[in-house]
Amino acid sequence: MLEWIRGLGRSGFSFFQTLGRSNLFLLKMLAGIPSVLVRPRLLIAQLFSVGVLSLPIIVVSGAFVGMVLALQGYNTLVDFGAEESLGVVVALSIVRELGPVVTGLLFAGRAGSALTAEIGLMKATEQLAGMEMMAVDPIHRVIAPRFIAGFISMPLLAAIFSAVGIYGGYFVGVGLLGVDEGAYWAQMQSKVDLYDDVYNGVIKSVVFGFVATWIAVFEGYDTVPTSEGVSRSTTRTVVYSAFAVLGLDFVLTALMFGD
Amino acid sequence: MQSSTEKTAINGSETLVKIRGLHYARGDRVIFDGVDLDIPRGKLTAIMGPSGSGKTTLLRLIGGQLAPDQGSIEVDGLRVHELGRTDLYGLRRRIGMLFQSGALLTDLTVFDNVAFPLREHTDLPEAMIRDLVLMKLQAVGLRGARDLQPSELSGGMARRVALARAIALDPMMIMYDEPFTGQDPISMGVLVQLIRLLNDALGLTSIIVSHDVKETAAISDYVYVISEGKVIGQGTPEALGKTDSDLVNQFMQGLPDGPVPFHYPAPDYMEDLLNA
Repeated sequence: MLEWIRGLGRSGFSFFQTLGRSNLFLLKMLAGIPSVLVRPRLLIAQLFSVGVLSLPIIVVSGAFVGMVLALQGYNTLVDFGAEESLGVVVALSIVRELGPVVTGLLFAGRAGSALTAEIGLMKATEQLAGMEMMAVDPIHRVIAPRFIAGFISMPLLAAIFSAVGIYGGYFVGVGLLGVDEGAYWAQMQSKVDLYDDVYNGVIKSVVFGFVATWIAVFEGYDTVPTSEGVSRSTTRTVVYSAFAVLGLDFVLTALMFGD
Repeated sequence: MQSSTEKTAINGSETLVKIRGLHYARGDRVIFDGVDLDIPRGKLTAIMGPSGSGKTTLLRLIGGQLAPDQGSIEVDGLRVHELGRTDLYGLRRRIGMLFQSGALLTDLTVFDNVAFPLREHTDLPEAMIRDLVLMKLQAVGLRGARDLQPSELSGGMARRVALARAIALDPMMIMYDEPFTGQDPISMGVLVQLIRLLNDALGLTSIIVSHDVKETAAISDYVYVISEGKVIGQGTPEALGKTDSDLVNQFMQGLPDGPVPFHYPAPDYMEDLLNA
């Protein structure tokens, strides 16, 4: 029993230590942002590997999610003769919810895990220590550009996901199931609000991008520099990011649409 | 980049690195328990000791990547662990370090790796950087390998590239972390010769941390032997070869048994077998 309580205390301590370290790390990283902005080449390289290389998985997933939504939505709506509203159903589900959340989860799996593994391996092969000894701060040179790239990429990827999803819904709804094309777009136009729906979705994707990238770069930087340590950190990045995205989604949804 | 006048002593002392009463522990494990060391300027000093005796930790303490629990570490008259970030980074620009793995940046070519410190710390035009990089690569014999990726290099070549990078900013001192580990006889010979040659030709001060006794002793001016947190022997390689200390003798001669026993502590052999 005593051992159990001791273990609980130890893991509590270690949790708060990690939390403290990650916050200090965030402050250092934010302080490194100006040094990245004066060297845009570092940022552009990372935007390519974090953002552009994530495009295929985002586009393909967006298309399928939109198509499935249209299929499911049509089957329900047609019972009430309301299949004209299919455009609204697809657009609202994607813009408010699925766009930011699914992009957040995919982003953590594709880009987040790659960031953690890359930074973790740089630590394991002494590249980060080598930079420190060359009087180059790795947080400014390596971490900050990756963090900004993730922060910028995620909302853009979520927007692309949403746009492709809506076209996926259009393809199935209008193209295959025969929903009226005018109704699909017109109802969407009248019912989807720029502020309540689109902007709130954008805010969600910005928050998810911030948190998922922060977790990814911190886990990489804080890794135990062995092959086992890097593999554990990579797993943790995906798991923690998924929890963070889903948990924050609930909190943000409650704040935005709760009343 | 540092001019040669800046590189000379702030205090004109003959000692470049002065360590006094160094205590350092990691968790419950004491790594240094009162170590005093002097690294003379312009010489090649070796720090030897069994694996796990904290040799690499010592280099990290000198480079300011770790801070001592007690005691002081002075490099060129500056107390490393009391320096602010700007001063510490200023000092590090004058120190080159060769990591055991080479620590080359894997996403850059050999040329860009050597150019890295120059591009980070100077505003030199690209044409001049090219000349400097080729000169450094020529010094380590790898001018022809400039376009290779680090993954295409052998272990010995990677270390030579790292050495070219370490001398890119014309440092006052280079620290070598186990430079000979895992090298075949040819690359070992090349490295041994290069380290001595660069030290003398560039007027550097070198610290080699190693447990390759023969190779290291062959090129060092002075040797410290560290074990169990203390300096157990010091002197010129010749003097250490004739030491009275059993422990130093065991280490220098590579004897399997002695003060450091062959057997890990265990219960009585006979009892252990019979209890099965």
